[in-house]
Amino acid sequence: MPKVMVVTSGKGGVGKTTSSASLGAALAQSGQNVVLIDFDVGLRNLDLVMGAERRVVFDLVNVVQGDAKLPQALIRDKRIETLSLLPASQTRDKDALTEDGVKTVIEELKEKFDWIICDSPAGIEKGAQLAMRFADTAVVVTNPEVSSVRDSDRIIGMLDSKTLRAENGETLEKHLLLTRYNAARAAKGEMLNVKDVLEILAIPLLGIVPESMDVLTASNVGCPVTLNTPDSVASKAYLEAARRLRGEKLDIVEPAERKGLMSRLFGWKAATA
Amino acid sequence: MSIFSFFTRSRSAPVARDRLQILLAHERTLAGQSDLVAVLREEILTVIAKHVSIDRDKVNVKLECGNNVSTLEVNVEVMDQPKAAS
Ligand SMILES: Nc1ncnc2c1ncn2[C@@H]1O[C@H](COP(=O)(O)OP(=O)(O)OP(=O)(O)O)[C@@H](O)[C@H]1O
Ligand SMILES: [Mg+2]
Repeated sequence: MPKVMVVTSGKGGVGKTTSSASLGAALAQSGQNVVLIDFDVGLRNLDLVMGAERRVVFDLVNVVQGDAKLPQALIRDKRIETLSLLPASQTRDKDALTEDGVKTVIEELKEKFDWIICDSPAGIEKGAQLAMRFADTAVVVTNPEVSSVRDSDRIIGMLDSKTLRAENGETLEKHLLLTRYNAARAAKGEMLNVKDVLEILAIPLLGIVPESMDVLTASNVGCPVTLNTPDSVASKAYLEAARRLRGEKLDIVEPAERKGLMSRLFGWKAATA
Repeated sequence: MSIFSFFTRSRSAPVARDRLQILLAHERTLAGQSDLVAVLREEILTVIAKHVSIDRDKVNVKLECGNNVSTLEVNVEVMDQPKAAS
């Protein structure tokens, strides 16, 4: 069964696009057929993070409005052949998307792909609502910081009320992905720690991605971190998160700050599919 | 300033956690408020209308969540003419 997964957060700049690219690449590296859809119409970035910015011809809006066929708009990744991208339009605004149009596109993608990953725009308006509308699974990207946690709580409320699954009384899997985590600061009590955030948001933890130079480097060169530096701590966090999405049960290890420092093992239950 | 006050100053995460917990408890009840207030409004008005004439447009319902108590405020403008006049 193909899965539609939204990567969302409410707050901007927390790492949705980075996480969409990294989880998508990680799933594709494990042999799954993955398509990434950029829902950030008007402010597209997923193409850039994926290094496909010079190959965009048609986009999601063109397909929704019938100006291009879906296969014409899909960009196949040059590094992993099971990974594709459907870019957002840069020149239009979010009103160019309709619910019916998005539904048709997603239904068509379900015939070819195992995972349809929707990179949500920030906010709680139409664009974010359309990105989550048809989701079976949601990854809520959160930074250990008050405004991000508050916005995530709001988005969780919307996942429970505004998605098609919620309206039909069906369950929607929700996963918390903690990103830009600084273990040293959390240990010192300068930053919310994993336990605080989990207690407040009360959804299962998918992974902890540390604040990392490797992530910045990866986006600089337009290559998902899991491909660019597969052995980095951030990559390992994304690769393991992808395995959890596929139903594996792996303990979650809080990433340690410096090399040589023993990772601390925590007993939190990993998210299960 | 002692080294201790430096130490406590840097531990702002517990404050953040507590503030969030209080705030979100409120926001979560507020999220369901639109429905709750609408239901309360209808049921209260039905009871009042049994006994006096009221203008349904001149009704104000407010729910306020305070630190320890929350208040529900219902303001109903009762019409001057007696009901029996009709
Ligand atoms: N783990 C990390 N370590 C360091 N930098 C990171 C990490 N994750 C994301 N970033 C950086 O944070 C910035 C914002 O990330 P990203 O674009 O993925 O966020 P977003 O949630 O998609 O933003 P928007 O809401 O604007 O769409 C980028 O510069 C990205 O490189
Ligand atoms: Mg983004």
